[in-house]
Amino acid sequence: MQLYLPIAEVSVNAFLLLGLGGMVGFLSGMFGVGGGFLITPLLFFIGVPPAVAVATGANQVVASSVSGVLAQLRRKAVDFRMGTVLLVGGMAGSGVGIWVFQWMTRLGQVDLFVQLSYVLFLGLIGSMMLQESLRAWFRAQKGGPVRRSHVHTWVHGLPLKMKFRASGLYISVLPPLAVGALVGFLAAIMGVGGGFVMVPAMIYLLGMPTKVVVGTSLFQIIFVTAFTTFMHAVTSQTVDILLALLLILGGVIGAQIGTSVGVRLKAEQLRILLALLVLAVSVKIALDLLLRPSELYSVMPGVLP
Amino acid sequence: MIRRALALLFALLAPPATASEGIVAGMSQNRVSITANFDGSEILIYGAVKRDAPAPDTPLEVIITVEGPDSPVTIRKKARVAGIWVNTEAVAVDAAPSFYAVATTGPLRSILSETEDLRHRISLPRVIRAVGAATEAGDTANFIEAMQRIRLTEGRYRVLQGAVEFTEQTLFRADIVLPANLTEGEYRVRIFLTREGRVVDAQTRVIGVRKEGLERLLFNLSREAPWAYGLLSLALAAFAGWAASAGFRLLRA
Repeated sequence: MQLYLPIAEVSVNAFLLLGLGGMVGFLSGMFGVGGGFLITPLLFFIGVPPAVAVATGANQVVASSVSGVLAQLRRKAVDFRMGTVLLVGGMAGSGVGIWVFQWMTRLGQVDLFVQLSYVLFLGLIGSMMLQESLRAWFRAQKGGPVRRSHVHTWVHGLPLKMKFRASGLYISVLPPLAVGALVGFLAAIMGVGGGFVMVPAMIYLLGMPTKVVVGTSLFQIIFVTAFTTFMHAVTSQTVDILLALLLILGGVIGAQIGTSVGVRLKAEQLRILLALLVLAVSVKIALDLLLRPSELYSVMPGVLP
Repeated sequence: MIRRALALLFALLAPPATASEGIVAGMSQNRVSITANFDGSEILIYGAVKRDAPAPDTPLEVIITVEGPDSPVTIRKKARVAGIWVNTEAVAVDAAPSFYAVATTGPLRSILSETEDLRHRISLPRVIRAVGAATEAGDTANFIEAMQRIRLTEGRYRVLQGAVEFTEQTLFRADIVLPANLTEGEYRVRIFLTREGRVVDAQTRVIGVRKEGLERLLFNLSREAPWAYGLLSLALAAFAGWAASAGFRLLRA
């Protein structure tokens, strides 16, 4: 069934969109990430204009994060205080990100910028995660000692300390602010919630217990992506509500299946799989940048500034 | 005003001596509604040649063009910078048709002369070249040609030689498929009769393409009330997220 998208102005197969949403929802339910980093390139691929894909992807992440947070809330695994601090940073980062996005659009380098950020961050996070999870897996195989949960680093020497009871932390607000800002920036530019940056940063940089990380990350992602969606809707009018609806419907169903599959796998196995997935996406985009494109020219509606 | 009225009156009273053959044409529809399940549309353009005198021996040919609304376009070219492929040069075209189809009874080059093509802007290179180009690059021609190539492969531009059926040098018909990825606006349909490369008669019709129903509503809302539209998208997402969580709990219980 073909469906004409009013904002994207392309006609796409509705079942394809449901399938895409379902596939990403499945992965997101399994790994606890928003899934925006997958949906945006997939939307490019089926012919949705990049600006619409980014803005609508953010809208889809809002839905999956709301769903995820509600589930985590029942387990009392959300640190609202930490979430709020991350959020303050996130808002600042998101504002800057939208501004940079518009500036790059005017320069005509927005594709390059988005792709470079993808390669850089996905590659970095993917390889770090793969290394860590493989090590954890081997350790679990050998049955060696469990890693210390709390390590003192330079992060703990910074001023403006604050108590985060749910996470059991007493640290400076500066690192969470910085992490939040970075994630907000990425969310605005790449249409991603930043879960794949946020989760490792919270575990490894802030030293938060893994139990509360996913819920807290999702809590703040809701607000960052909601803000991003809203800003895109107001400033560039690129949110396609019909596209979002289909992705969300598929995503919701996929997420339920993903969660039930996810609980059957071990934590390290899950992280290895996610790391491989992230790396695969990054390699694919890197190849696009490095190999000679089959068509050197591109046609975009609109004028040069 | 009076002068224009007089000119019209003369035109009506005195049919031009050269146009002994005229077009009587019709279209299957003069408006296309883009609704949610819009999947492209086929338009039948048909008609007959009206004659005062017997037809000359040389064959008559028919050319039908359909032209979508113009929009400004930027053409960019990638080049390798520091190992990666980056957009470097760009050419801005003030107005290029978002859709263009030419259907003919035979090869364009043999049924239409260069001068007539220049005057009426019928063939694809003429249509695009007619629009002005402001440039940041040296070779505008290559950019225009690239746009033509890209839009031909996308199906936005179509050259349908031999797609006009012409029976007994009198009745003609052509089916023109409008693609699913249509832009809103007025689509101009032109019908030309040519003989030995010269245009004998021409007619212009208009097809209105508009988003309708839900598409119209959502598009207008996003443009006229972006705040409300943004909030609506968020409300939808939040509700779907909540419903999923609640539904999942019910399923488990």
